[in-house]
Amino acid sequence: MTGWAYVRCLNGILAREGLRFLHQRERFFGALVRPLVWLFIFAAGFRSVLGVSIIPPYETYILYEEYIVPGLVAMILLFSGMQSSLSMVYDREMGSMRLLMVSPFPRWYLLLSKLIAGALVAVVQVYIFLAIAWFWGVQPPPLGVLLVFPALILSALMLGALGLFLSSVIKQLENFAGVMNFVIFPMFFASSALYPLWRIRDSSVLLYDICRFNPFTWAVELIRFALYAEVNWLALLGVSGALLVFLLAALYGYDPGRGMMRFKQGG
Amino acid sequence: MTFEPVSALEVSGVGFAYPRRQVLEDVSFRIPPGCFCVLLGINGAGKTTLFSLVTRLFLCRTGSIRIFGRDLARESHGALGDLGVVFQQPTLDLDLSALQNLKYHCALHGLRPGEMRPRIDAALAVAGLAERAKDKVRALSGGQRRRLELARALLHQPRLLLADEPTVGLDVHSRQAIIDQVRGICADRGVGVLWATHLVDEVQASDLVLLLHQGRLLYQGSAEGLLAETRTESVHAAFNRMTGAAEAA
Repeated sequence: MTGWAYVRCLNGILAREGLRFLHQRERFFGALVRPLVWLFIFAAGFRSVLGVSIIPPYETYILYEEYIVPGLVAMILLFSGMQSSLSMVYDREMGSMRLLMVSPFPRWYLLLSKLIAGALVAVVQVYIFLAIAWFWGVQPPPLGVLLVFPALILSALMLGALGLFLSSVIKQLENFAGVMNFVIFPMFFASSALYPLWRIRDSSVLLYDICRFNPFTWAVELIRFALYAEVNWLALLGVSGALLVFLLAALYGYDPGRGMMRFKQGG
Repeated sequence: MTFEPVSALEVSGVGFAYPRRQVLEDVSFRIPPGCFCVLLGINGAGKTTLFSLVTRLFLCRTGSIRIFGRDLARESHGALGDLGVVFQQPTLDLDLSALQNLKYHCALHGLRPGEMRPRIDAALAVAGLAERAKDKVRALSGGQRRRLELARALLHQPRLLLADEPTVGLDVHSRQAIIDQVRGICADRGVGVLWATHLVDEVQASDLVLLLHQGRLLYQGSAEGLLAETRTESVHAAFNRMTGAAEAA
């Protein structure tokens, strides 16, 4: 296999994920409506209830809408990562995952390609959301909108890798509802997506510590700083480390010696 | 000094167990290049597990598997490149067109765009789906989908084709068309075929037969040899006699 063969394989997987995304319009609108509801309705309602003091990267008082946009961006990435893992479980049950796995390319490369494809699809959704938010009055510096791209990719890969790992553990599609309750919601609410962590510390120090070590918080903060053309090095380190851990766990989960053992047993 | 030609598929002492259930036990056989080999066994005999091992979906911990001399555990890239697979479960993406499904497969085998298009056109023509290339797979009939899967499995020009009960659920005409097509590919292109089925009427006299029952290989040899060994006149009767004898034992 030459290097170009690897590129063609990646291209093929990107094209397939892109086409699937285009063909599943409901998935696209669903992914977009969720954060928009939070932005248009939830943020409007809580604007006066939740005051936000001046905290980095913000240099002045901001509206609540502006505060939650990075959290909603991360929310899109989180749901997209989980959607992607849902489709892996579906593909596995339907059999199309087998096609991917019998390709002569190394398994780690195939899974990584699938992860990259999922991340790119998620980032497209984020930019559409940011464009709508712009018209709603949430206007980060244009340079930040550009510079946030690598932060989005890294966060999307991290959350996608988590989804990939979960898909290797989940035996059936029906079990996926549990992921919503035990992974997505706790990750989202125990983070700095909707409220600054100092507000949580005022209520519970334990919860504050949990939020601080939640990889989703790191993703939110990485995106928040990048949107304002700054780098949160701690968050960058956290997201990179979490990506590595989740990716290794996913590769272990899909190892033919164990992960695939979970496939439906056949005659 | 004589040189033995390399086998298309060589399975040696393969065993496999799910938790609390032994599925395959000491399975060994060879398929020469260009040979049509029928893997015969009732549901639950271990055929699909054997396929999962040969396609490296499962890791073979006991025994070894070689595809054209390449050890699947150590040289999986080269070994899998020589392999075309039609799985028992449909593996087409229903939301993509027939053409897009074939392109995806080409990408998964690293084919260049220049060699991809002519092969896809030829494959669609052979499958009788040239007119339906842009239709979503969802709109195709069961027989058409199976033909498309077969065409897809051959796109990268494998030297060994594995087909796991590919005719299950098809009507008589579609079933016969698929069998004829694969036998033609085997004869014309010299592609070795491992054809798993529980339908004994798919066996022909010239075929190499592997009879798998409860995870053990009860017989391997020609179909004619099977009749002679069991002193029966049909493969069906021979199959019943062998599996019945195994259960009695």
